[in-house]
Amino acid sequence: MIFTSCNNIISPLGFSTQENYQAVSNSIIGVKKIKLPFSQDEFCVAKISDDKVQEQLTHIKNAGTHTKLEQLSILSIQDVLNQSGIHPKDNRTLLIYSTTKGNIDILENTYKNIDSKRVYLSVFAKHLQSYFQLAHTPVVLSNACISGILAIIIAKRFIEQGAYDNVLVCGGDILSEFTISGFKSFNALSNEPSKPFDANRVGINLGEAVSTILVTNQKELATPYNTQIVSGVSANDANHISGPSRTGDGLFQCLTQITDKNTNDIGFISAHGTATPFNDEMESIAFDRAGLHTIPVNSLKGYYGHTLGAAGVLETVLSLESMKHHRLIKSEGYETKGVTGNITMIESHQDKNFTSFIKTASGFGGCNAVALFRKI
Amino acid sequence: MNTINSYAHIKYNQVSVNGEIVFQSNPSLSLAEFLSEAYKALGVSYPKFHKMDAQCKLGFLCAEFALKETSFLTENDLTKTAIVLSNAASSLETDRIHQHSIDDRSNYFPSPAVFVYTLPNITIGELAIKHKITGENAFFVSEQLDANLLVNYTESLIQSGSEAAIVGWVEVDGANFEAFIFLSEKQKDTNKNAIFKPLNQTSVITIYNQTIWTH
Repeated sequence: MIFTSCNNIISPLGFSTQENYQAVSNSIIGVKKIKLPFSQDEFCVAKISDDKVQEQLTHIKNAGTHTKLEQLSILSIQDVLNQSGIHPKDNRTLLIYSTTKGNIDILENTYKNIDSKRVYLSVFAKHLQSYFQLAHTPVVLSNACISGILAIIIAKRFIEQGAYDNVLVCGGDILSEFTISGFKSFNALSNEPSKPFDANRVGINLGEAVSTILVTNQKELATPYNTQIVSGVSANDANHISGPSRTGDGLFQCLTQITDKNTNDIGFISAHGTATPFNDEMESIAFDRAGLHTIPVNSLKGYYGHTLGAAGVLETVLSLESMKHHRLIKSEGYETKGVTGNITMIESHQDKNFTSFIKTASGFGGCNAVALFRKI
Repeated sequence: MNTINSYAHIKYNQVSVNGEIVFQSNPSLSLAEFLSEAYKALGVSYPKFHKMDAQCKLGFLCAEFALKETSFLTENDLTKTAIVLSNAASSLETDRIHQHSIDDRSNYFPSPAVFVYTLPNITIGELAIKHKITGENAFFVSEQLDANLLVNYTESLIQSGSEAAIVGWVEVDGANFEAFIFLSEKQKDTNKNAIFKPLNQTSVITIYNQTIWTH
């Protein structure tokens, strides 16, 4: 059996899972309208305050020699290593890093004393390896917005194969002019906090975060979540590189493989829910087609924005935390149903006893991934 | 035993299939010119090809050459066919183009047609669309071809329900480019023109080094 274990979230809402869960429970959102260094316009984004990062730098060796993403990743991975007691040099432990753009801010000449080679994801990963003296070169996964959840699925597969006992899955992406200008050119950005699945949704907010989770076959590390990764799959729409299938084909294919028609104990679905018109519509159709219309749905993008390579890890961690607390988290930003598929949104925080949940993600390139988590 | 049943390799403005060079262009041609010549040599008509960035074109051509003489697409359940690709530079070549379009305030022209290609897995998406392949996806980034990772991950996919996989390396970084794609299948004995190498690290390294390039 493969378990989820110790974890961390670094986001505008805090530097630990507990701080983040507390903030979300209190309906605090990390998305704000702010001015960014590269533009006169305000952007509605979820940015980690530079001052807060500064306060944490004393925990990092030679902090000035790392990029922002490296600093946040080191803090996040270190927290999970400390909690779990796993030795980074352990030969049975692997790090999988999930990211879409890595140190993309190096291209913007942000740094003076950083080797520009670290814009290469493999070099970035080796930098983390040398910091922690990891036994194995980290595996880097860059598969658009499904990277985080797919990395967790891949961790499970590697452990099942017998190659490792522990896989640290770290997902991270930072805010950059690169991604903001790109999504803006797609007309995909919302100028207000985003409204996943709502009738008035207009697009995404970009966010930055790093989140880490330990995936393990060691039962003693399974507490306090006592949750296993039951199954996980990915599928491609084979339809369009930048638009989802109108009929939700890839996501539907994943859902039917995962749920196996047994949906009785599923407490909720943590959807991708980016708040773009097409994505949320597609997801609603896929959930409906898969017979999941009665299962409560939330998107956490209303709190964190879209954190790209971090999203699948962060949203899994927060969902695990919500299952531990027997709480359903409100889908922030949702007021009026704005999708045609028959789905049930979580409109307020509520207590509920449940023993499993589904995490989904979909992304550019037509990719989709779904995983099912269940209490043991 | 799972097998490797065909492969293609593109490097030095040459294309090899199962170790034999099947196309070569003038070595002085640029990547863009070479891709256009190789597309003509392939002899397929696929208008979407012309919209792709260089990395997707390269991956598309390499996959087409690997698939061309095989029954891979008709013999396998495409809902259970995976695409697993890798490289060292992610999408950095197109990233630089997008970055260039936003570097200068007075000449600011970010384009969605470029930005969409700033993710390496778009190459997987293009292959999926071309052949209606809807199985598992993964794009790994490693310093060089990691035969161990690709073989182990393909094995794990076959263990968890995949029946076949298109696997390889598609890299464009400045003037350097290379693609290497092999077709892997769960054990069966009906494959047309199959080369039948066992799916393991030694086979992948052997076939990767098999082509004798013309210099």
